[in-house]
Amino acid sequence: MNTVFQNYALFPHMSVADNIGFGLLMQGRPAAERKETVARMLRLVRMEAMADRRPTAISGGQQQRVALARALAPQPRVLLLDEPLSALDLKLRKEMQSELKRLQTETGITFVFVTHDQEEALTMSDRIAVMSEGRILQTGAPEEIYNRPADRFVADFIGDTNFLEAQIAEVTGRAATVRLPGGASVAANLPEGASPSSGSHVTVVIRPEHARLADGAGVLRGTVEKSVFFGTDTNVHLRLTDGSTFVLRRQNATAGTPPPEPGQEVGLALGEGALQVLRN
Amino acid sequence: MAMQDLSSTARPDGAAPDTPASAVEDSATAERHGWKWLLCAPALTILVLAASGPLLIVLVYSFLTPASFGGVIWEFSTEAWFRVFFSRDIFDPEDVRLNHAHLAIFWRSISLALQTTVICAILGFPTAWFIATRPQHTRAFWLFLITIPFWTNLLIRTFAIQEVIRNQGLINTTLIRLGVIDSPIQMMFTDFAILVGMAYVFLPLMVLPLYAAMDKLDIRLVEAGYDLYASRWQVLRRIILPLVKPGFIAGSILVFIPSIGAFVTPRVLGGGRNLMLGNLIELQFGQGRNWPLGAALAITMLVLVVGALIFYIRYVGREDDGGRRT
Repeated sequence: MNTVFQNYALFPHMSVADNIGFGLLMQGRPAAERKETVARMLRLVRMEAMADRRPTAISGGQQQRVALARALAPQPRVLLLDEPLSALDLKLRKEMQSELKRLQTETGITFVFVTHDQEEALTMSDRIAVMSEGRILQTGAPEEIYNRPADRFVADFIGDTNFLEAQIAEVTGRAATVRLPGGASVAANLPEGASPSSGSHVTVVIRPEHARLADGAGVLRGTVEKSVFFGTDTNVHLRLTDGSTFVLRRQNATAGTPPPEPGQEVGLALGEGALQVLRN
Repeated sequence: MAMQDLSSTARPDGAAPDTPASAVEDSATAERHGWKWLLCAPALTILVLAASGPLLIVLVYSFLTPASFGGVIWEFSTEAWFRVFFSRDIFDPEDVRLNHAHLAIFWRSISLALQTTVICAILGFPTAWFIATRPQHTRAFWLFLITIPFWTNLLIRTFAIQEVIRNQGLINTTLIRLGVIDSPIQMMFTDFAILVGMAYVFLPLMVLPLYAAMDKLDIRLVEAGYDLYASRWQVLRRIILPLVKPGFIAGSILVFIPSIGAFVTPRVLGGGRNLMLGNLIELQFGQGRNWPLGAALAITMLVLVVGALIFYIRYVGREDDGGRRT
């Protein structure tokens, strides 16, 4: 296993090529093989022209690539990337994200990518492990983590979420029927390994884009407080009948219905299977 | 890196904007700049009076004739310079041979100064590393301990060393009492004694610049080294040593220069038998009453030191510059 460090930790007294070749040199690989591998790594990260520069004489993004090449050169089975993009500005960050994706596919090495950026985690990973205070709270594919968070921390950490206090009405296998604040009963998914008893109080979550304004009464009712437009979507902030807040996201379409006015009372419909019960 | 910061903040001289409209302003700027050097006057005065001036006097004196009871007669002579390297027979002034006594002293001075520098480097490196790896808030305390010897007079510290290594001193009496040796080991009045004394006195001058260099060393580079399969020895040799080399160079210069001219330590611990350059020079100005020879020897020492520094910086300090400058 090799590591890409948060601040790259490139050796300032060695050239880019020597930095990349350091691991191979330490492993005692023959000179010809080292030279060949370093050249290949330089090509891989597109830094051939910079081989003789010092790390202090190249930009942050280039340092990042060199750090990657250095860690990849000894051909580890697992590459640990410790928040490798946190020091880069947004544009460079996006570039390096796709670059990393490309490198990962090309080399076929397992990348363990540590990040605090949830969007980065969702877009870059095949599998995500959400950690808090040294413990893994949930692992799974990005869709699973996003749509079916098992834990309040996970739900809150990744994306925007509505939290609702509800009561379990009935448990049937992996699903349950819960009674929502307004009194309506709807189906909700249960987290893995949890089997709450009927009548117990639980928290259920739903993503803002999984709820919509109902034509009729809906399963939840609330008063519109404000609508916030931001390009592709509009967020409608509501206060539910039990006093809790709820955010609903609507995609903006040219011929869509206009967003509701503040003060208007509306009903909400929830997407099929969009409700998720949290572990306590 | 510090170098980089300096170069990026450096601006071309007289940074007045070069537009036609500012012609008047330009001359005003030039005038202001013209007098600006006066601000350096205090520093220049000190440099001339305290550094260049005395040096010039020493140089002039080395070409004069000694007066009988010290001082000089204002009469040009190269005899002093001749005597630096050659000696004349007392009875036959034409019988000239190399001054082996002087050459031996030159050699001993250089050799002892080099050995002192090496000893200080070997002892100073772990010491500085120890301090640099302590938690930030305790480092000031350790540095403080390093500077404590400076509070005591050099002579007293040197006599303290004498107490430790003399024949009836701490080491010998302890060893005899323990039955390790029968008769005391002669340590006083040897080159070894001079070395111990100088290494002790000059060690802080090596530790402090080394510490400064290590303080800047990013410990994550060491981590990165281990991550890339380097052994402890390889991390030391290929990462730590190259990166703290500026500290080594600064420390070596700081130790080498006072070592080569030291005269208190060789006088007390060398017992006047093992002269070093400093003692020889002192001798000429004192008992020898040959000021021009003393002056010529002083200049010789200066040339030796500068020569050694140029050699050192050119051949030891060369490779590491590139990374810092760019």
